[in-house]
Amino acid sequence: MKDMSYQAVMGRRNEIMKASLGIDFSDYIQSPIAFDYERMMRETGYGLEDIVRIQAETKVGNTPLFELTRLTEAVREFAGPGKGARILVKDEAANAGGSFKARRAAISAFEAKKRGYAGLVAATSGNYGAAVASQAAMRCLKCIIVQEVFDSRGVGQPEILEKSRACEAYGAEVQRLSVGPELFFQLLLTLETTGFFNASLYTPFGIKGVETLGVEVAEQVRARYGKDPDAVVITHAGGGNLTGTARGLLSAGCDNTRIVACSVDLGGLHMASDTDFNRKSFTTGHTGFGVPFATWPDRVDVPRNAARSLRYMDEYQLVTQGEVFYVTELLAKLEGLERGPAGNTSLTAAVTLARNLDRDQIVVVQETEYTGAGKHHNRQLSFARENGIEVRVGDPRENVPGKAIVIPERLDQVRGSVQDMDKLRLSYLRNAAKALPVAQWSDADRAFLAADIKKDLDWVASAAAHI
Amino acid sequence: MRREHRMNVIPKGTWVEIERVLLRPEDRAPNLPEETRSCPYVLRISGFLQEDGEMGAEVTVTSLIGHAHRGVLKVVNPSYTHSFGATVPELLHIGGRP
Repeated sequence: MKDMSYQAVMGRRNEIMKASLGIDFSDYIQSPIAFDYERMMRETGYGLEDIVRIQAETKVGNTPLFELTRLTEAVREFAGPGKGARILVKDEAANAGGSFKARRAAISAFEAKKRGYAGLVAATSGNYGAAVASQAAMRCLKCIIVQEVFDSRGVGQPEILEKSRACEAYGAEVQRLSVGPELFFQLLLTLETTGFFNASLYTPFGIKGVETLGVEVAEQVRARYGKDPDAVVITHAGGGNLTGTARGLLSAGCDNTRIVACSVDLGGLHMASDTDFNRKSFTTGHTGFGVPFATWPDRVDVPRNAARSLRYMDEYQLVTQGEVFYVTELLAKLEGLERGPAGNTSLTAAVTLARNLDRDQIVVVQETEYTGAGKHHNRQLSFARENGIEVRVGDPRENVPGKAIVIPERLDQVRGSVQDMDKLRLSYLRNAAKALPVAQWSDADRAFLAADIKKDLDWVASAAAHI
Repeated sequence: MRREHRMNVIPKGTWVEIERVLLRPEDRAPNLPEETRSCPYVLRISGFLQEDGEMGAEVTVTSLIGHAHRGVLKVVNPSYTHSFGATVPELLHIGGRP
């Protein structure tokens, strides 16, 4: 009988991953740092047209792009002369399952079905669970969603409770777990005992599925405005949303479109802490994922991550929880769109970008998500209050993650903040040096690193000299 | 006495929630913050009772996809009660048209 202890199961991770994905990553890996990323993406065997067709079969894609005229007007009231770019939003809540994550799940479900797997497993507390469960339902596949849900008091995060409900509504088995990174252990164990397909967020399938989102943005903006979007704002956590969208925009020829990442600032809260768990009012799209995944993408449930955000990112904005809740409420009141707060993270950054861009420029927010009980800004705020967090109206700069959520009085107080990109790139290189000391980097490693942080070889060389 | 006992029995086929400790504190992952490491790692899952069972007893359930899971019977007819929460007045000034 197999050893099912934590250490033994983790020790079998590579063989379990290989069996559950059918991708032999050793085909692509060149060193502890470099791997043939583009060949790995190509060899999924799916071209853009295939993905469009597969997604259309299961109610995914071709979502509406709306111009937010009243929100744009509101920004122009305080933006300087000639400033206040048009803000557009891609209403991804219209996908089956209620979010852009359906694009990722659709390809994994199709691949699993094609290759004869009986079911899918995904470890996710977010929208991806509902997306996988929904896609599995349409492909007649069994589905298991493994979620981190509750703390040691047994108290569940409202947004995740709603996700548990949605997954069961789509017919999935939902394994609800207490706080801890051992979610990965339970995922491995489940993959091994069921023989199901690993619908990881970070496989080439998961990223290829998002490329259609970037292509649709390019085509819809061009058709309506006769130009490319000037900036596309993307909520950033694990990096797949940004990577896939940016790749889609590039494949459509939007070479000058600025790719802006945005996360909710949860600085100071520990992601594996039982007590911090329910002091977070966001379960994803925050810096607890966004920064570590940007600065070392390969910390995931597959040997090499197909989501590589720094490869595509031009700018990284941070916003506070209070700012996102403000903008979420405003979207309903001004634009008649009631959507989930997590998806509005990038909308919040769009407000700050639009105020600094010219009126004839275009900022696209590339997603929304569904909303409902639990998954709603009012519930997140009332829950925060129940957990001893101060909630008040004031200057959002006084927001302290886990202690105080400050809701702006006025839209012009929504300012966010910008992260130092070079600091992030340097942090990435330091992590690479942990995987392989700088002295051992080959030409291939340096070329890979330069591409992976969107810099040239000289930049890598001079940065490496300081590590 | 016997009759009272029968009243506590949850019939086979009932939709219930079970709980199982997956990892004891000493078996958990390394490098966890103390407040996390001191707690067991726990699974909760819902399914149909395979046999008659009692609250607090170890039982087996069949999940929505037909998989069997063992654990301690905790809840009969588990339900989702999450809500929109108590109104947060601090939101109501936003986007107003007074």
